[in-house]
Parts: sequence; C-alpha cells; structure tokens
Amino acid sequence: MSQREPDKKVVFSSVKEMPPMAVSLWSMRYNKTGSWRNLRPIINYEKCVYCQICWKFCPEPAISLEPVEIDGKVKPKPVIDYDYCKGCGICWTECPTNAIETVEEEK
Amino acid sequence: MRKVLMGNHALSWGATLSRVQVIAAYPITPQTQVVELLSEICADGTLDAKFIKVESEHSAMAACIGASATGARAFTATSAQGLALMHEMLHWAVGGRLPVVMGNINRAMAPPWTIWTEQNDSLSQRDTGWMQVYCQNNQEVLDSVIQAYKVSENQKVLLPTMIVLDAFVLSHTMEVVEIPEQEKVDEYLPPYNPPYKLDPKEPHAFGGLTGPDGYFELRYMIQEAMEEAKNVWKETGKEFGELFGREYGLIETYRVDDADFLIISSATIASTARVAVDVLRDKGVKAGLLRVRVFRPFPSEEVRDVVKGVKKAVVIDRNISFGASGIFYQEVKAALYNEEHKPPVFGIITGLGGRDVRVEDIVEMSEDVLKREKPESDIIWKGVRV
Repeated sequence: MSQREPDKKVVFSSVKEMPPMAVSLWSMRYNKTGSWRNLRPIINYEKCVYCQICWKFCPEPAISLEPVEIDGKVKPKPVIDYDYCKGCGICWTECPTNAIETVEEEK
Repeated sequence: MRKVLMGNHALSWGATLSRVQVIAAYPITPQTQVVELLSEICADGTLDAKFIKVESEHSAMAACIGASATGARAFTATSAQGLALMHEMLHWAVGGRLPVVMGNINRAMAPPWTIWTEQNDSLSQRDTGWMQVYCQNNQEVLDSVIQAYKVSENQKVLLPTMIVLDAFVLSHTMEVVEIPEQEKVDEYLPPYNPPYKLDPKEPHAFGGLTGPDGYFELRYMIQEAMEEAKNVWKETGKEFGELFGREYGLIETYRVDDADFLIISSATIASTARVAVDVLRDKGVKAGLLRVRVFRPFPSEEVRDVVKGVKKAVVIDRNISFGASGIFYQEVKAALYNEEHKPPVFGIITGLGGRDVRVEDIVEMSEDVLKREKPESDIIWKGVRV
C-alpha cells in the first residue's frame, strides 16, 4: 500500500499497491469538495440565535460549533468550513431566523 | 451427528456452524424456513448472532453489507423476486469486496406468480461478480455454506458467494445429512479478519466517488480475484475432504473416463442425470456426466478437459436466456470455441417453472440427441407442449 501523505492526492501506479475496494486513504484532505459549491452561505451573527439547527441539519457535516461567550454565557457559535460546504442550501432553508445569507460564487 | 434435514434447514445449519454474526433476511417462499430456523437458533442463544428483521430484500442485503464492512460474518437467504430486488445491493457487496454468503433457492420469476424451481433468478445475477455454487443435495448445501465463507474470506478472493439450490426438489425435501462437528468446522474456518473495515478508530470512506483513473483497476482486480478463486475453491474443497471426508471441486464427473457421449448439467438435474447415465450404459451407450458445481468463476479449463475427449455432448438447461439459448449451453460452447478438436454440443431446455425432469426424460433426450448428427438450432425443447 502507498505511503499515506496527508494533503496530497493518493495516486497508484499499479493495481499491486491498490486496496481491493474503493477505500479512502486520507484523500478527503486533498479532495476539497467545497469547490463544487454554487452558492456560498454566510452566517449573519447579528441574527443568529445559536439554536444549532444548521449544525444538526448539515449533511456533510461542514458546520462546527465553537463556544463563544456572549453576555456572560457560553454559546455554541456555528462556523462553516468552506473547504467542504457544497452549498446544498439545507442550512439557510432550515434557519428559523433567516440568519444565513447566500452569495453566488465567482471564479 | 446425522440428521434428516430439508435443504432449507441444511442452509441454516451451514450458517450456524460457520458461526455467522449477523443475519438479515426477508421471508419468501420457498426460502422461509431458512431464516425461521435461524431466528429460533439466535433467540435461544445457540448462535451468538444479531438477527436483523428488515422490510425488504434490498434492506436485507444492505444490512449484510454494512455488517460485513465492519468485519462481521454475514448471512442471508432469498429466492426469485427477492433476489431481483437485491440486485443493486449485490453489486455493492462485490465492489466493496465483502465476503457475504447467501442462500438462493432457485424459484422461477414472475409473472405469472409461481414458486417452483428454475435457474433464471440466480443466472440473472451472473454478471454481478457474485460467486455461484449450484448444489445437488442437502449435504452439499450445508457443506458449501462453510466452504463458501472459507473461499469468500480468503484475502486473495474477497468476493461474496451465492449457494444455490432447487426449490422444493431440495429446499423442502428431507435427506440424511451429516452434521460436521463444531470444533472441526472452527479448525477449517477461522474468524474473519478483513484488511480494511469500518472502524471509528481508523476512519475510512468506502465506495466513494472514483473516476476513470481508478475504477478500471478496481474492476480488473475483481476479475483477477475470480481467477484466483478457482484455485481457492479447489484447494479448500480438497481440504474439506481431508477433514470431513467429502471432497468438492469446481466440477464433478461421473463415468467420463471412457465416455464418448457426455451429459452436462447442474443442480438436481445433474444428480438425476447420474442415474440416466447408468441406464444408458446398460443400453450400450458409453455415457458420462459432467456436473458444473461452481458456475462463477466458470471452470472453463476443467470443462474443456472433459468435453474435448468425447464424440458428442448435450447440455441440459433449466433456464433460458431469451433471444439466445440455455445459459450453461452458451458457457460450455464459449469455453470450447478456441479448441481445435471439439465435439458437437447440443442444447436442451427443459423443466422450466419446476416441471419435473425424470430419469426416463433424460434417457429419452439423450437417445434423441444420439440420433442427430449436429445441432440444427441452439435450442432443443423437451417436454413443452407446442
């Protein structure tokens, strides 16, 4: 089997070094699927109520929660990982306060 | 220990002795008793396995695939429409290189609704990459389940196996079956240890998007594994013989050494044909029998070796590829095509939808073929009212 090299695409020169099934060898670090995105979601933290619904619904999951202190309380702040967010639209559809805005991606 | 078992229960016993860890199945006639007995064996604690009740055969195979991906030994059984519903998942088991073993009771496809035997259900799955074993009696059914795990889990193979038996002729017919001792089975079949598995401690994605730069090689490897599997079936069949006294090969022959007329068939038609060979011999015909046991991988070399030595051969198929001919007939002919000296091969289609094929029918078919010089068409129909 090939040496695992993070952040690099794993390329096999022959079947002799390939695993018998399509199994990821850390290649997701290389394969940043965020490049598929047409619409970029942007969280407006003025409107965000820290309900975690976007985090729960994100199928990738490309939204993580970071603890932030607001008015003396620790709240879970949703942060989008644009390397893997495919722009599916579930988060902005589900957001109860319409805190997620969209911007068209440009090349 | 000896027991009188129906073919379905021989499957259940085979799975139990193989110490399967996950069973997921959906009931369908004539397979129902396979999982009925297994559910009892799981419920009373005889077998330490997870029995997953599912809502369809598609889900049954999906559950077996998931289980097998974690490194568990998985088993299911089905028939006809159930197998057809599994079709998509059959490819997933092969591409995932997962050694699932299933029993398939050959039942003719609907419509019209029917439950009797015919091979079109399993043969429709011929090109999925599942290995297929066609059994001739209940002892072979039980033994083949154990052998199938041994072959499927071999690191050079890693392909699933379908154990195929005729509806009612085997599935519901009681026969004396020798039950191997558990310790001996354990010696023959060690626990499964896959090279890659679903494990949260070492996460991998399985079966993810693969482009033209990788897919081709994965398909090449499946074919290579199939080729290797031929040796593994032979070696493990021999080893089985040494341990249990019953040896199994890719094919089985009967009275072929001096034969000039060869009957080729599979499953229970082949076991009936064995008696027909004796009858023909008594009548002065130098007849022999070739039974194709393992159909995928197809034992081309073994078949060639036997067929090229005879003057005339006939393939009896209980199946049909509509618009072509009998499926075993096509495969046998294809195996011979590049041989310089080859006998004429006749193709008979009979017994579709479970119509009985008796010894006297096979004798009559053979005598008819013996009168003909060469095949005038790809199909000689026998027993159909035209």
